[in-house]
Amino acid sequence: MNQPTAFSSGSRNLFDSVWNQHTVGQLPSGQTQLFIGQHLVHEVTSPQAFEMLRDRGLGVMCPERTLATVDHIIPTDDQARPFADGLAEEMMSAIERNCIEFGIELLGLDDPRQGIVHVVGPELGLTQPGITLVCGDSHTSTHGAFGAIALGIGTSQVAQVLATQTLAMNRPQVRRIEVTGSLADGVFAKDVILAIIRQLGVQGGVGFAYEYTGNVFDEMNMEERMTVCNMSIEGGARCGYVNPDAKTVEFLRGLPAVPEGEEFQRAAEWWLSLASGPQATFDDDVTIDGTAIEPTVTWGINPGQSVGVGESIPAVGDYVVEEQAGVAEALEFMGLESGRPICGQAIDVAFIGSCTNSRLSDLREAAAVASGRRVAEGVRALVVPGSQQVAEQAEAEGLDRIFSEAGFQWRAAGCSMCLAMNPDKLQGREMCASSSNRNFKGRQGSPTGRTLLMSPAMVAAAAIQGHVTDVRDLVPVAG
Amino acid sequence: MSDSQVISICGTAIPLLLDDIDTDRIIPARFLRCVTFDGLGEHVFEDDRQQDTGHPFNQDRFAGAAVLVAGRNFGCGSSREHAPQALIRWGVRAIVAESYAEIFFGNCTALGVPAVTLERDRLEELTASVEADPSIEITVDLEAGSVGWGEQTATAELPGSARTALISGEWDFLSQLLANREAIRETASTIPYLSGFGGA
Ligand code: SF4
Repeated sequence: MNQPTAFSSGSRNLFDSVWNQHTVGQLPSGQTQLFIGQHLVHEVTSPQAFEMLRDRGLGVMCPERTLATVDHIIPTDDQARPFADGLAEEMMSAIERNCIEFGIELLGLDDPRQGIVHVVGPELGLTQPGITLVCGDSHTSTHGAFGAIALGIGTSQVAQVLATQTLAMNRPQVRRIEVTGSLADGVFAKDVILAIIRQLGVQGGVGFAYEYTGNVFDEMNMEERMTVCNMSIEGGARCGYVNPDAKTVEFLRGLPAVPEGEEFQRAAEWWLSLASGPQATFDDDVTIDGTAIEPTVTWGINPGQSVGVGESIPAVGDYVVEEQAGVAEALEFMGLESGRPICGQAIDVAFIGSCTNSRLSDLREAAAVASGRRVAEGVRALVVPGSQQVAEQAEAEGLDRIFSEAGFQWRAAGCSMCLAMNPDKLQGREMCASSSNRNFKGRQGSPTGRTLLMSPAMVAAAAIQGHVTDVRDLVPVAG
Repeated sequence: MSDSQVISICGTAIPLLLDDIDTDRIIPARFLRCVTFDGLGEHVFEDDRQQDTGHPFNQDRFAGAAVLVAGRNFGCGSSREHAPQALIRWGVRAIVAESYAEIFFGNCTALGVPAVTLERDRLEELTASVEADPSIEITVDLEAGSVGWGEQTATAELPGSARTALISGEWDFLSQLLANREAIRETASTIPYLSGFGGA
């Protein structure tokens, strides 16, 4: 089973096929009412939605197509209940109560399947090609890696999907982003998406769904595709996806929520038939040379403000007039000096985790760098697996030992230091090398804390050296 | 939660003409540790305000403003509805900006807050007028598709669906979505993964 034939969708791209399949009708406002195949729920954006249902006396239309987990607020060290943080405990109890009352399955802390919502969905096989998937979380775009239309939504919309299994949406345009060639050694999926955002801008994707295509994505495994799709939202796109292929099918085979036997064969055939064919048309096309992508590091306060690891911090004058105020603000906040190489920039904290880069392949890449080395004096380094399953697999491979021996803290699954809702936080103006997705002011818990986004391997290298380092300069330690 | 028509918003304005203001800045994540949206208003832009005493949201002369004037890509980042909720609870009833992040825009519409766009030079003029006289009255008129202040009028854009929804008062989509239960079931019955991928 390779190329779709009988079911070929002609000039339609995957987005159009899936969108049309799920269209219930047009609303008076002109928006499309879209059927939602899978709804994922977490503790931060759902309590008010359940309250809205209660206010109106509504139930959940498809509880069996809804799954809840906890990730944002949970501590990654001491998880004893009640949590030390009373507000976090209140949110935890709220989702427990709501899930019981509305008949939704909850993966709580005592469930071995618990983890970051965008790690858990694919692991369980809930994320499948051709489905529509929503979650009250912008990084829902992650699930597009399977060829799903995966949309982050607000709390009022969470209530709407709970009650009706549908959503009111304007249809975005589709931009095909082709990345050609192969990636150089030491260049990872994270670098690809950072390079795309650097080129197209943080608002460049507004109004678009991104289709990622080309040899670079063909060569990526599913986890790498998830990293790319995850940060579509940072580029302003409504969602991002990769066409399903043989790797997608193999990844899904045998996962709990995936059908078996003959039904699996039929599913796989349908999945592959959805891929945008050679005749598919797009509203916009961009081509990027993958061979030219370098390990990339952000220097500013949005994910588009980045440089290749061999470059220097830019100056205000390097930018067009409209962007200069933002660049000046970023340089001032970050305390970085224009013209200095990004390499060598000292760090205080190293964070490997988040729904962007906390899967097994991310941890392996970071462990390969950390193995046989020590975290630099004065650097606080954390590794936070994306889910309990990732943690278990990593431990079975001995990755936790590699990290611990190198001086990294090995934590329990959760969002951790990606954002400031649990005890893992930056202090004061600490500078953090982070594998997460946002370098916004205050994002990592201290209003003045600073974030340098990069790949997990680059974070590990920075942790070892105590400053930003080109991971390609660190040859593996023998033995 | 009751629907009502949003045809025009009048009031004073608060200028914040900066680009790429993300939702973490509008309402920092630590304030999301809550199970209701109550009380978010007092924390809007909390960290920015603490680091900059001159921040517009710290200035008494802009207190009571109903119209927020912002820059490009306003509300980017997370999907948190807490961001527009915090602005609303502070007193904002309409936003005028160069452009918006999409999830933020959708959240605003779903809460009955028009988020219209204006050309950059008109935003700069508007900001200058408000800085010079914070008591100046701004009118965001959805029917006319304009923003007016003093002697000035500027053309404002708002996607047709949001405009229709707000003007007709049907911006609470829940009831509209609920009305189509039959069509929802029909659509579901044609979706391959809901019926064993076409198996018997
Ligand atoms: S890891 Fe970060 S970006 Fe991902 S869901 Fe958690 S808080 Fe959001």
